[in-house]
Amino acid sequence: MKNPIFATGVLALSATAALAQPVQITWWHGMGGANEQVINQVAEKFNAAQAVCAITPVSKGTYEEALASGIAAFRSGEQPNILQVFDAGAATIINAKGATIAAEDILAQNGHTLDREAFIEGVRYFYADATGKFIGMPFNSSAPIMYINTEALAKAGVEAPKTWAEFEAIAPKLKEAGYIPLTASQLTWMFFENYFSRNNVQFASNNNGYDGFGGTEIDATAPEMLAFWNRVKDWHDKGLFGFYGAGWSDNQKPFEEGKVALWIGSSGSFGGLSKTATMPFSADFLPYDETAAEGNKSTFIGGAALFAMSGKPDDQNKCTADFFDFLTTTEIQAFYHQATGYVAITTAAYEKSKADGWYEQHPVAEVGIKQLMLPQGEWSKGYRLGFYPQIRVVEEREFNKIFSGETTVEDAFKAIETEGNELLARFAKTSG
Amino acid sequence: MTDATHPTAASGARPRRRAASPARSEPAKRAQFDRPLLPWAFLAPQLLVVCIFFYWPSVQAITSSFYLEDPFGFGSTFVGLDNYKDALGSAEYQRIAGFTALFTVLVTGFSMGLGLLFAVKADKVIRGRSSYRTALISVYAIAPPVAGLMGMMLFDQHIGPFVKLAAWFGYDMKVGINYNDTAFAMILVSVWKQVPYNFIFFLSGLQGIPASVREAAVIDCRNGFTRFRTAILPLLAPTAFFLLIINITYALFDTFAVIDVMVKDKPANNPVTLVYKVYNDGFRGNDIGGSAAQSVILMVVVLVLTLIQFRWLERRVHYG
Repeated sequence: MKNPIFATGVLALSATAALAQPVQITWWHGMGGANEQVINQVAEKFNAAQAVCAITPVSKGTYEEALASGIAAFRSGEQPNILQVFDAGAATIINAKGATIAAEDILAQNGHTLDREAFIEGVRYFYADATGKFIGMPFNSSAPIMYINTEALAKAGVEAPKTWAEFEAIAPKLKEAGYIPLTASQLTWMFFENYFSRNNVQFASNNNGYDGFGGTEIDATAPEMLAFWNRVKDWHDKGLFGFYGAGWSDNQKPFEEGKVALWIGSSGSFGGLSKTATMPFSADFLPYDETAAEGNKSTFIGGAALFAMSGKPDDQNKCTADFFDFLTTTEIQAFYHQATGYVAITTAAYEKSKADGWYEQHPVAEVGIKQLMLPQGEWSKGYRLGFYPQIRVVEEREFNKIFSGETTVEDAFKAIETEGNELLARFAKTSG
Repeated sequence: MTDATHPTAASGARPRRRAASPARSEPAKRAQFDRPLLPWAFLAPQLLVVCIFFYWPSVQAITSSFYLEDPFGFGSTFVGLDNYKDALGSAEYQRIAGFTALFTVLVTGFSMGLGLLFAVKADKVIRGRSSYRTALISVYAIAPPVAGLMGMMLFDQHIGPFVKLAAWFGYDMKVGINYNDTAFAMILVSVWKQVPYNFIFFLSGLQGIPASVREAAVIDCRNGFTRFRTAILPLLAPTAFFLLIINITYALFDTFAVIDVMVKDKPANNPVTLVYKVYNDGFRGNDIGGSAAQSVILMVVVLVLTLIQFRWLERRVHYG
């Protein structure tokens, strides 16, 4: 407060105005397209449900852009009340202790309670600290699942695969039937991070990074990982796996057009895909690696969480807390889940959707949540790695090189490990 | 300097004229500004702009480059030259620097070359000249991100006409996956976007050449190409020198939007330029110290490049 007289004036003004006008809070997020419209609907529902607060959602582009704008805004004191941060950015925001107010704290300070047990198990750890306290408010949670072009499978006379070995058995038949057997969007999430979780392989030292940043290193060259990627490369070379670059939609598009039999996407793609797909589709779990010792575990929770930014006046924080509380209501959770395909994050919302008969009409919508409710392995709870968005950039580069034949699987993962560990060491220095 | 060694009458006359002119004009300048503060008042707005938008951020960038900083600005650690060592020592940085150099040379060379070619041809057209010129210039009105978007569509793996054209010749073009294919597409779009700018300047440069000079050249030399090389090109040198600096800056910095749109903010294995890496590490990766060090390196490179241009190239330019 550089000018106390001005500040009191503003406070006095806003106090009198509060009677007539609601307290304004802002919510920056990284959603576009169909999902952005659902976010606007959630905000409208909140504004209609009460008169004290008014929330304005603002799309900042992609997840990465939302995080970047949030950080830049915080540095200049212009931060929004609520910032959506995606899975890969979790370590960055959770480590910035003074930048956010823990979701559990802001709720408690404003007379709400948060029942951790009400959330499905897969959601509880990812945005929480070591003691299990929710720092971020889980919001849109997703799982990587396999979408199935049912026509293609019928034409080839095959069943959807549960394991990668089963995929290898049916892939030539799908190819013969005139389809590209498999594509996947965002391999960093599907075939790297969630290879670790789905097959219960340790991702990083220090308990996947949860026990501290100092000395944390990733194990990209785990033998299981290398063996799996050699298979992926082999599929690609035989025309069984289509790779169209690091962009999400480039790999989704051929599936929408009905040229591809199986596509690994997000459970959150369901809402959009229902509108764009030109053929009937179903979905199933992300296949697991039958050679891994403890495969078929739950995947990491993907998507994003909402963080309450610090440095805001109390009346706005109260509104933020009210909004968080509103989001966890069964009605809103069920609405959001059904409109987007992001998984229901509370057990109650899942039960409500079941009772509504939603899954009988839309069996695809249940796949993500079922996958997240699979038994958790030791290594499928989550990871906490600093500068992880940058490590993903390295992964994307090396994956591209593998498919363009510029490097071998072994060299690529060696590079990911080396450069990833350098970045982790840098992060440990900045946070130390 | 070199003029004096030429015994021709025309160039021999010039140094004498130049030597004479300062003596005439200096007293006049002094007389105009007898109050000492007045020139500063005139300069102030420009100086203010330069200080706020160049010196202040530059000083901040230089300072940050010696620190490792928490993304949210809670704390920073002095690390000396570590950020510079990390950047320059990284194989990835060297690869991007190499591509940036190649990209700058190719984009500058092709966009200036084509701009000059079109200008010479358009200068000769008599019938319908304005419609030709408008058609050539209009591309300049397209904003770089839009140009990038058009490039992305033209080279799209699923619907791109260029990809289909390449397939017709039996080449499987994979922009976004194959490094060289993406580089080709980026260079093509960047050149296409910049040609009209060079065209405008070269055309007006050509039109500024007096008819008498051209007629004299026609009498002296019958070969059109030689005439162009020995008479027209030297007269275009000031324009070309100006455009060279502008085009290098364009290739280094202004192509950012084209690149960003074409790699769809996921660079992966695709070629990017140094300025894109600065952005990616700083704004995406939140590595402020490392990104600041890279931008200082870039600043030094541009400074050195500009100095070389003025020191070595400008001497050879004739300002008629």
